[in-house]
Amino acid sequence: MHDMKKLAALVKELEEQLVVCMRCGMCQAVCPVYTETGREADVARGKLALLDGLIQQIFKEPGGVHERLMRCLLCGSCAANCPSGVKVLDIFLKARAILVGYTGLHPANKIIFRGMLSHPRVFNSLVRAAGMFQGVFLKSADEFLGTSCGRFSFPLAHRHLKAFAPASFNTTIGRLNINGGSGLKAGFFVGCLIDKIYPNIGHAVLSSLKANGVGVFVPDEQGCCGIPALSSGDLLAFGKMVRYNLDLFSAGDFDFLVTACATCTSTIKKLWPMFAGDLSEAEKTRINELAEKTMDISQFLVEKTGLVTAASDGKNFDREKALISYHDPCHLKKSLGIEAQPRMLLGANSGYVLKEMSEADRCCGCGGSFNLKYYEISASIGRRKRDSILQSGCSTVATSCPACMLQISDMLSQAGEHIRVKHAVEIYADSLERDLDVDTH
Amino acid sequence: MSTRNGLLKEFERVLGRDNVFYEETDLHAYSYDAAVVESCPPWLVVRPQSSEALGKAVHLCNENSVPLTVRGAGTNLSGGTIPKPGGIVILTNALDKILEINEEDLYAVVQPGVITAKFAAAVEAAGLFYPPDPGSQAVSTLGGNVAENAGGLRGLRYGVTRDYVMGLEFFDSNGELVKAGARTVKCVTGYNLGGLLVGSEGTLGVFSRIILKLIPMPVAKKAMMAVFPEVSMASETVSAIISNKIVPVTLEFMDNFTIRAVEEFSRAGLPVEAAAMLLIEVDGHPAQVEEDAAKVESICRRMGATRIHAAQDARERDKVWEARRSALSALSRLRPTTVLEDATVPRSKVPAMIRCIEEIARKFDLSIGTFGHAGDGNLHPTILTDRRDTGEWLRVEKAIDEIFEKALELGGTLSGEHGIGTSKSKYLEKETGRAAIVYSRRIKAALDPKNILNPGKIIGERVCTI
Repeated sequence: MHDMKKLAALVKELEEQLVVCMRCGMCQAVCPVYTETGREADVARGKLALLDGLIQQIFKEPGGVHERLMRCLLCGSCAANCPSGVKVLDIFLKARAILVGYTGLHPANKIIFRGMLSHPRVFNSLVRAAGMFQGVFLKSADEFLGTSCGRFSFPLAHRHLKAFAPASFNTTIGRLNINGGSGLKAGFFVGCLIDKIYPNIGHAVLSSLKANGVGVFVPDEQGCCGIPALSSGDLLAFGKMVRYNLDLFSAGDFDFLVTACATCTSTIKKLWPMFAGDLSEAEKTRINELAEKTMDISQFLVEKTGLVTAASDGKNFDREKALISYHDPCHLKKSLGIEAQPRMLLGANSGYVLKEMSEADRCCGCGGSFNLKYYEISASIGRRKRDSILQSGCSTVATSCPACMLQISDMLSQAGEHIRVKHAVEIYADSLERDLDVDTH
Repeated sequence: MSTRNGLLKEFERVLGRDNVFYEETDLHAYSYDAAVVESCPPWLVVRPQSSEALGKAVHLCNENSVPLTVRGAGTNLSGGTIPKPGGIVILTNALDKILEINEEDLYAVVQPGVITAKFAAAVEAAGLFYPPDPGSQAVSTLGGNVAENAGGLRGLRYGVTRDYVMGLEFFDSNGELVKAGARTVKCVTGYNLGGLLVGSEGTLGVFSRIILKLIPMPVAKKAMMAVFPEVSMASETVSAIISNKIVPVTLEFMDNFTIRAVEEFSRAGLPVEAAAMLLIEVDGHPAQVEEDAAKVESICRRMGATRIHAAQDARERDKVWEARRSALSALSRLRPTTVLEDATVPRSKVPAMIRCIEEIARKFDLSIGTFGHAGDGNLHPTILTDRRDTGEWLRVEKAIDEIFEKALELGGTLSGEHGIGTSKSKYLEKETGRAAIVYSRRIKAALDPKNILNPGKIIGERVCTI
């Protein structure tokens, strides 16, 4: 028997934020999930009304509201479009934590967040082991896109996944602490997906920093930024991950912390200070300082360095330029307002011409664990993104978030479309490498 | 008559299981709309995927005497989409096809769930124009617009939704398909049933298809902003422009309270010391636009405007309208509850109405920002409050009563565009008189004998039995 009165008292803490919603319904115009399902409980206005319902003790048990609350990509489109400025993401994350605190964490989540993700060394070695054995389960789905699907039938087998890289970024480079010619130094927060699935993005970050004379600090055995735990309402595991990373990066002396993952950037900048939990004042100060100096890699390169372009530029003016399109990750554009900088990185590579897709800032539908739980909705949102990409006529699509890259690769691969999926910093780093090629010839 | 459980199964059989929602979370999510009124969850929510299924759902409701409320985007501002206890909500958002845009005969045929802004964009892509632009157009549905006879910013020159409805197909209370109007400019065949259905707030029928008139897109437009040191100067300018035989597309008013809220919110460089502002747009043939704009500018100056700024390009034009569009957002951020009214007066009475609203705000010690479509006398006094503060809420209710009273005294109407729904039905008799209500109730009783079509809206609960 649930004590709904007690739960109501807990949710009441959100009341001041909840009353800001005037039920105008404008969030219906931009919510990717609502567009697919047409159900009011899937859009922000509906979810906010459900939380209000918990305060009013309308429901007999909390399960329904919790389930509805999880059917959300946390893309922030509603908040970015909200006339009355409802802090939707704050509310949803807090509400998820309240509900999990009240009903308990799902056992599978407990194993993943508390057993694995909050112990980076354990997690890293598990992934290394998985990488060795994944060939048993996976076969190549599309060589061009580098995707795989299940060799035999198991849950997830029909998806076109990117397999774990043969060697993670961290294993390849270990710990780095070097100074650069510009006197500027960046800490590099790698993030799980870049470390384990897209190590090339990590290498592109290093060569871009190097080309611009920026020193770099990369501690090894880095942890997860914590967003999977936080978005599942596990504040305990989230707090552990934040503290682990905080200690790890405290060992370095750098001017800015860069990441190449939109979600990691926005989590560190906005959510670490807000949700880190029971920390000492000194730790809180350190978190705020770190959040303050955290930047997306494109923003850092454009705003803090001279963004050197390849000396070979102009030498290949006769080369035909390839069309490239750019997808705005929600956590970069809607959360942090960064949209021009990654496009400038693309512009720095003379081999490409930017061709905007329609609705470039429409969510790709990945949403982290949302993709695992509600794959059908996630895929139908993803197919809209795929169609925008195809209509642009580009041969390469770039973005600034490895999670978006996974989703876009899955959608393109399932449709048999050979469009390259790249991170903006890879496109920039490619131009620098081409420069090296030209120099050596 | 089936049992409730049997009826639920019947809905599932007719509409498909995926299109029938009955979990308590779903029901709660359809218990409200955008009006500040009591919410009420329905017994069931259904989402028909075809016109045929829509008709069957209506028929089932009638057979079983279950009240039904049709819902598009649920942006209603008068409680019109709030269901009855034990009733059903029928969603139209799966019926969202634009069936035809006819460029030769200038009309379009749509399903009721098409979103207004998407429709306007599709029409524009064909080089044509669908003018009605209610504030909720990014999400509102055309079915909802027709049921509420929605207005918008362009009402002054282009009229409201009613002026664009050429024909309708709708289900009567028993689920029989009724056709009204035609695809022709002229049509006098039979009663003007379309005219009766437009603005009937879902109480007389359920739309299945709508035929809408389209017009050519005006070639040129020009927007400007005029700043006044006195409210009366701004409101008198409105009358002066129109009596000079100029009919702008849009003639919008913002009072000092609203200007300050917008500036605080958007930092657009608005004159916070100004008592009032007018935002004006003229359109048409380029030469006429230039001439009208020059005339409007000289009228504003003559009437005492201290600053006039005409937008030089599309970007500046957008900036002018951005200020107006953000008015409601900016105001709503000041307090938890926002009550948006739309009492409307003949435009010569706009200065008097604005004075009354200022007095009412002082008398009841409330924050009221006033902006709106001054060109058509349709003001939006916006009361900023906190519904949880019972003392203040009582004063809000009294202030609303008084706003309506003043609007009627000045020869105006209770609602220009938001509808009567449940929130204003108690005031209706004051405006229309007893006979109009009795007449309306007779129509309702004749067409919907079991009173299942959105009961309680507009004409109240009691329906006479002829």
